[in-house]
Amino acid sequence: MDTGDTAWMLTSAALVLLMTPGLAFFYGGMVRSKGVLNMMMMSLGAMGVVGVLWVLVGYSTAFGPDIGGGLLGGPFEFFGLEGLLGPDARTGTVPTTVFAAFQAMFAIIAVALVSGAVADRARFGPWLLFAALWALVAYFPVAHWVFDPTGWIVRGLRAVDFAGGTAVHVNAGAAGLALALVLGRRVGWPRDRPKPHNLPLVVLGAGLLWFGWFGFNAGSAVAANTTAGVTFVNTLVATSAAVLAWLAAERVRDGRATTLGAASGVVAGLVAITPACSAVTPVGAIAIGAVTGALCALAVGLKYRFGFDDALDVVGVHLVGGLSGTVLIGLFADPRAPAGVAGLFHGGGVDQLWRQVVGASAVLAYSFVVSLALGHLVKSLVGFRVDEEAEITGIDEAEHAETAYEFGLRGGTPLKGATGHEAGHGDHQAVHAGRGESGA
Amino acid sequence: MKLVTAIIKPFTLDEVKAALERLGVLGMTVSEVQGYGRQKGHTEVYRGAEYTLDFIPKLRVEALIEDTVVEKVLDAVVDAARTGKIGDGKVWVTPVESVVRVRTGERGTDAL
Repeated sequence: MDTGDTAWMLTSAALVLLMTPGLAFFYGGMVRSKGVLNMMMMSLGAMGVVGVLWVLVGYSTAFGPDIGGGLLGGPFEFFGLEGLLGPDARTGTVPTTVFAAFQAMFAIIAVALVSGAVADRARFGPWLLFAALWALVAYFPVAHWVFDPTGWIVRGLRAVDFAGGTAVHVNAGAAGLALALVLGRRVGWPRDRPKPHNLPLVVLGAGLLWFGWFGFNAGSAVAANTTAGVTFVNTLVATSAAVLAWLAAERVRDGRATTLGAASGVVAGLVAITPACSAVTPVGAIAIGAVTGALCALAVGLKYRFGFDDALDVVGVHLVGGLSGTVLIGLFADPRAPAGVAGLFHGGGVDQLWRQVVGASAVLAYSFVVSLALGHLVKSLVGFRVDEEAEITGIDEAEHAETAYEFGLRGGTPLKGATGHEAGHGDHQAVHAGRGESGA
Repeated sequence: MKLVTAIIKPFTLDEVKAALERLGVLGMTVSEVQGYGRQKGHTEVYRGAEYTLDFIPKLRVEALIEDTVVEKVLDAVVDAARTGKIGDGKVWVTPVESVVRVRTGERGTDAL
């Protein structure tokens, strides 16, 4: 065990956890004011469901001893992290609990990312059910493929995905597409194209995501070492380039650079460099960030062309950005970078390129099919959407009995309970009784 | 000229708007309002305590119309806003003495 590595990994794990509330702000600011809380609750819900599942069976499914061709770890080998509480390192030079905690945060954010596709219309309970099923069937196995040394994408295929461009972003992006199709379009879409209700929240979220992402990428070195240094710098500079590229694309196409574009550029750049940060030089990172930033700025228009209501562009940013970052490794990989792989532009021919394409396509196909099936399963078991009246009036009030911005008259009068005394106003009691009779 | 004011459930706005457009009503003003009628508010449990919410969110749609279409407009709005459940709202009509279009200074029905 190395104490320096352990300290960095504990720090990284906390950084990655912060990304999910960051995502809640990022997504929450983008929806309309009547749906903010439901949007944020889908992230918080993922933190609950996936955290528990990860400790019970998730770690074991992803990192337990392989039980079949690099496809799956044994889910019950380390049930409840059984047998892993000592100082022994199954990965790197850190206690296994530290690595398990770090990877738990990846599972949480991967699930939370999907929720952006179904903003404004998914009931909370069914979302939690979907989150659990999707973590079990889609995320945990794919994490085994990509992050476990015995996984088929790492060992058999030898595709490079350092921190989860495929396992997290292509996976979540494909699931977002599937779920948007299962739930269908929001009422009024695409005639109504709701603008973000609070861009400062979006910027706050993008900032927290970028901050946390240093743990996500540089922490994936599982050591406080040179690889962590290179991946840290690449995570900075690819993202900077993507912001500029997104804004430039907007300026040329629409005439103005927008705040939403800058914040989206941050996320697109981070997504793209996630798989690639160990395989490219900082200049290569700039290239990947710039290409992906511009590509995603264009890709967010696809939903209007094809008619799927991916409300917060999980497809345009995470699927397209994840594919772009993963495939571009095949072009920009530089043998001088820690991964030591040569892409097409560095004398490696197309060998790495096809490995990248196969790896990304496999995750895309698997995730899309599984997500479609799980989405339909949840829909047929318990229903997935709120009714039309709740959707138009406001999903926050309907699903959570709250609104994000409570102004004026709607505060309500407590009848009894929390205030510690019975409300004395007879007319309120009468209102209560009257409702009971009407049955409404 | 008349001012027609409709208090409706928010999610019926699209249909009310479409109904008014079909009758050639050229403009409207919509505001988010809160209130109650015969149904009163409702009770809700939140963080272990029961609350009464006296005011329910509604939309107020206002449109200036010609005298000749009053009955048609009333029928159309009621038809579009009705769900048959409690809290569907109300529509009323008030006489309007004069109307001026600010940009051109036109008056009366020309300003509608």
